[in-house]
Amino acid sequence: MSAVFFLFIALCIAAISGLWVYSAGEIVRFDSDRTDIKEIVTALKLTDMSFSHDARYTRHPSQADLFSAFQDSPSSIEHFPSGSVIPPPRFDSLGTSLTVGLK
Amino acid sequence: MSVTRHINILDYTLRSLLRRKFKNAGIIIVFAFVIFLSASILFLTYSFKHEASLIMQDSPELIIQKMMAGRHELIPVGVASSILNIPGVAGVEPRYWGYYYDSLTKANYTVISSETAVSGQNRLLEGVLPGGDRNTAAIGRGVARARFINLGDEISLQSSDGDIVDFRVVGVFEAGSDLLTSDVIVIGLRDFTKLFGMPEGLATDLSVHVRNANETPVIARKIQAYFPDTRPILRSEILRTYDAVFGWRSGLILTLFAGALVAFIILAWDKATGLSAEEKKEIGILKAIGWETSDILEIKFWEGIAISLSSFLLGILLAYLHVFFFGASFFSPALKGWSVIYPDFRIVPFINPYQIAILLSVTVIPYIASTIIPSWKAAITDPDEVVRG
Repeated sequence: MSAVFFLFIALCIAAISGLWVYSAGEIVRFDSDRTDIKEIVTALKLTDMSFSHDARYTRHPSQADLFSAFQDSPSSIEHFPSGSVIPPPRFDSLGTSLTVGLK
Repeated sequence: MSVTRHINILDYTLRSLLRRKFKNAGIIIVFAFVIFLSASILFLTYSFKHEASLIMQDSPELIIQKMMAGRHELIPVGVASSILNIPGVAGVEPRYWGYYYDSLTKANYTVISSETAVSGQNRLLEGVLPGGDRNTAAIGRGVARARFINLGDEISLQSSDGDIVDFRVVGVFEAGSDLLTSDVIVIGLRDFTKLFGMPEGLATDLSVHVRNANETPVIARKIQAYFPDTRPILRSEILRTYDAVFGWRSGLILTLFAGALVAFIILAWDKATGLSAEEKKEIGILKAIGWETSDILEIKFWEGIAISLSSFLLGILLAYLHVFFFGASFFSPALKGWSVIYPDFRIVPFINPYQIAILLSVTVIPYIASTIIPSWKAAITDPDEVVRG
């Protein structure tokens, strides 16, 4: 019984090790493709990954405008499922702050 | 001798688990599923984040957008010469890009004007970029799939004045660049301005090259001081955006991880709150026939190991296959959203061993602890009392 258990664990570990080797191979392949990717990104001046194409702020999260979460009007509701997983970007560079309070 | 004793106890444990095979198989399935979900999220987000950080290192150092009434506006190309006078700026290039809604396929394309060529050896582009040639285009795989076209075919787009403009497809991006170019159509500048009716002297935004990367934030602040209606976007912010999208606090992680975590807590809680009457009786009988408390604890230790390690290894294996061989098919619908065209999620398997170690320590160890602690309580109680309940 214990031999079957150890065999199962050994098989799983062997499979994971095999996938680890496969990962290393894929990463080497990606590294060799990087020159080509770099050339395309530089030529087209790309700024964003192409994960989701249903709204400006999900297609180009880094380029979206300030209130893009409410894309059509400040009070409009969220339309897209992907909008719940791709939040609007941070705007640290603007250095703008809004203070609300009583004098 | 000692090893044989441990193996005999393991044998006994496994036979004991087999006696309750349906219950234990159920636990292994649920546990493996929880690990599978958690590991899939970790694999997916780490790989996306890592890939994005490597790819976006080559994106423009600084983008200048013009804002009007809080929204992105076209920027006068003349601004470029003023920016060029700022010390430290090596060059300014206008970028021309926009979105095209294709009513035929109900898809949105990203149209980019570029007259820069890429080398003929580029393995991610079948054919060439249009360069300065009129009425030619290079398209992404997603566009090719949506329009059922390929290299040498024609793609028709409706210009802003209503005319249909035909573009000969001179280049198709290969699947390897799908995560960048799936919805992209590249055309020349004159075609771009005609297609969108963009007034002369205006561009979508400006790309600024900086001599010393450390000076980029300073230059961004200067540009904003000279042109208060502009918004600078630093490359570091682009990289941070992807960190935020796939970070721990992102919606993707919270939504999916929270569910898996709750399932695991319920599972561990159920184990930790007590043993079944049958299990208590078994412990009582073993104690009555002379088994030591340490032997009982070893049985429970092996039981915890057998269930949690099997579940962990199965879950990790399935998660790897799910994310890197089947394109994260469980999660990709959430990312694709309502998109009509979307990339094949061919994710480069970047694995962070630290994350796997964390997953192991927050699942396997608490499970073993939650198996041993109630058994220890039963094992130190008088056997007669345990058997009688």
